[in-house]
Amino acid sequence: MLSFTVIVVSIMVVVALILNLWRLFAGPDLADRLLALDTMYINSIALIILLGIWLGSTLYFEAALLIAMLGFVSTAALCKYLLRGDIIE
Amino acid sequence: MNFILELVVSIFLLIGGGFILVGSIGLMRLPDFMMRLHAPTKATTLGMGGLLIASMILFTLREPGHISVHELLITIFLFITAPVSAHMMAKTALHQKLKMISRTRGQELIDPASQQLAPKQSLEQGNDGVSVKS
Repeated sequence: MLSFTVIVVSIMVVVALILNLWRLFAGPDLADRLLALDTMYINSIALIILLGIWLGSTLYFEAALLIAMLGFVSTAALCKYLLRGDIIE
Repeated sequence: MNFILELVVSIFLLIGGGFILVGSIGLMRLPDFMMRLHAPTKATTLGMGGLLIASMILFTLREPGHISVHELLITIFLFITAPVSAHMMAKTALHQKLKMISRTRGQELIDPASQQLAPKQSLEQGNDGVSVKS
């Protein structure tokens, strides 16, 4: 039952990623694209955690933590660039 | 016992996946950036919480005497950084003066926000003609 549920939830997360990709390409402004990228990295963390449950391994959580940290730093850097025109002043 | 464990983990997984899907549908369908900001930053973070609780239950109960805390680290990190990045994106949207639909509240605050003024300071200067009881 658990393997079936993991497949169903993976399909839901992949559909969510496709919707984010649509917003990334069709977003009317730069801030919409930034929001779509932010949501996409959170959804990719969800996919990695589902892979870890599927394979029964705790090795993938370090990768998820790395993606979380790099995603937050890149979102903050892009916001800073759009706000001030420079990243490190 | 094994069936009950799988049932509980499956319920948490379905709750998490449902919230993630709802967040992305909101990101696609809502008409305004300030509305679109609500859907991923709240619903998707809650969905990640559901997935991580499911993973924590599974890996804790699969090996007795061994508590899995990696997921707690990811959960705490996401729950701290999601409001910070949402605030920075809202500031970016105010700074870039994005077009909003007329029902969105607080549009008189766009000009003082892009001039880096506090809201009350700009109200005293009378930029927008809104009277607020202090």
